[in-house]
Amino acid sequence: MREIQTADVVRVEHIAKSYGAVKALRDINMHLRKGEVLGLVGDNGAGKSTMIKILTGFVQPDDGKIFINGQEVKLRSVTHARSLGIETVYQDLALINELTVYHNIFLKREKLLKPLPLLNNRAMREQAREYLKKIGVTIPSVDSLVASLSGGQRQAIAIARSVYSQARILLLDEPLAAMGAREGALILDLIRKLKADGEVSIIMIAHNYAQVLEICDRVNMLQHGTITLDKQVVDTSLGELNELVMREYRIGAANAQ
Amino acid sequence: MAKDVLPSTATPEAEPEKARERRSFWSRLPGILLRRREASMLIVVIVLVVYFQSSNQAFFSQPNIRTISQTVAPWAIIAAGEVMLLICGEIDLSVGNVFALAPFIMYFTYQAGLPIWVGIICGLLVSAVVGLFNGLVTVLLKIPSFITTLGTLFLLNGLTLVTSQGFPRLTPEVGVFNQIFGNSPYAEILWALAIVILTQIVLSYTRWGLHTIATGSNLLGASETGVNVNRVKIGNFMLCSVFGGFVGILEAFRITSIDPLAGGTAVMFMAVAGAVIGGTSLMGGLGTIVGAFLGTLVLALLQEGFTLLGVSAFTFDLILGGAILIAMILNVRLQLLREAGRQ
Repeated sequence: MREIQTADVVRVEHIAKSYGAVKALRDINMHLRKGEVLGLVGDNGAGKSTMIKILTGFVQPDDGKIFINGQEVKLRSVTHARSLGIETVYQDLALINELTVYHNIFLKREKLLKPLPLLNNRAMREQAREYLKKIGVTIPSVDSLVASLSGGQRQAIAIARSVYSQARILLLDEPLAAMGAREGALILDLIRKLKADGEVSIIMIAHNYAQVLEICDRVNMLQHGTITLDKQVVDTSLGELNELVMREYRIGAANAQ
Repeated sequence: MAKDVLPSTATPEAEPEKARERRSFWSRLPGILLRRREASMLIVVIVLVVYFQSSNQAFFSQPNIRTISQTVAPWAIIAAGEVMLLICGEIDLSVGNVFALAPFIMYFTYQAGLPIWVGIICGLLVSAVVGLFNGLVTVLLKIPSFITTLGTLFLLNGLTLVTSQGFPRLTPEVGVFNQIFGNSPYAEILWALAIVILTQIVLSYTRWGLHTIATGSNLLGASETGVNVNRVKIGNFMLCSVFGGFVGILEAFRITSIDPLAGGTAVMFMAVAGAVIGGTSLMGGLGTIVGAFLGTLVLALLQEGFTLLGVSAFTFDLILGGAILIAMILNVRLQLLREAGRQ
């Protein structure tokens, strides 16, 4: 069992966010412990992506408080969140097809040939190669264009990019979506490796409960803008998670009549 | 380094692969030509030069080379700006009208009693403001740049005609400035080469270039990564506009008169055509300045070569139209080939 006393690296209280008349988030209370992998599950449109976008500074909440490493913060922008060590790997990967792997890894933190304002491609190429080797991501070459990589490789590069940038709090938006079992195993291995290193804490959005139970320490279910379940993975089951969602559907169906 | 300045859409080769590459160079040549648009453009340039020279010995004469250089220079400079914009997913149709406005700003400033260099700076500043306006309207009000700059195209044309009352002016005579800015025979092409090389370095070897490609290749992804895509777009609108104004000033010094109807859509379309023929994608994310330079050079060679052969201007348009269509079809086909090769 994980010690209960471990400090929370992220804690959010009473977060709310509306888009016009649509209440995406009503009242979210969540926390993430150091070194933990937290699975965030829930139906489409439950507000998972909105919650991630708030934590990454891309969207500002209407209400509520955010604490990072115990300090209350207002996340003003992606750059601000990043300066606090929060990085997001989006579903659409945010990779640039027309750039090489190493340029993608160093995008927005390029190394320059100081005092010249020119890119230090040699240093970036070397460091990218070394780092990918270290965390066990195998690709043909760091000089490859990202467009030439497979879905799993692209996802691995996207995660590696975030961790490489000193991310301590990693937000993964469906890292296993649109991926076959073998490719998915690649990413699960990478997450396990990061977990073993213990440096990063991870919140991961997922649809596949089996994968969540496999890789996560704890699971939160988001339904209609609130957290309806918060349990250690060992204390819950596929059955319980499915039952919660089925109940939601039944209520939805009843209301529709 | 010189080789590296030619950027590649292809995968750069690793050092140890050099030997293998040399051995199989001829067998790999078709592949290189397919992937490196600059290489195939260079071959087109050589073929055209050989053809025109064998048809008419005057082609390589000093006066004709000067004429070609003066034809290609304005197109190449504007194309450099358009490529940066096209790569980040936008276009500027008004740049040819900034071309007409900038020398008038310079002229009026000079008439007001200020030194000519202040006039040049004022001309470029106004050009930058036009670019800023194009960029702000496009980015903040979310108007497609095709429409924004179509509007500023007419707006600027009207502004130039109103302020000049439709009359051309004589370019001020100030000695050495006239020589540097286009009056000496090869001044303009030297400016063009300098701008092409510098802009290519900016595109391939600076943060700005990387962010420009990122913005055009994956707008949402780039902004999620923290690239300030609006700033990148606005900056490139300003760059393109300043290049347009600068060319207008160069031409004013070369021709020694300032014409309110100079530039316009003709020069803008030649620049965009050159960029497209040189491998720049209108979808964003893909293109090179050197390729665009070679593209405009092909157009200039065709124009001046046909003039020398006595072929009419009508035929030139036929060939230009064909060349653009073929280049675009090739672009799309090559893109599909590249994507197929990735799987």
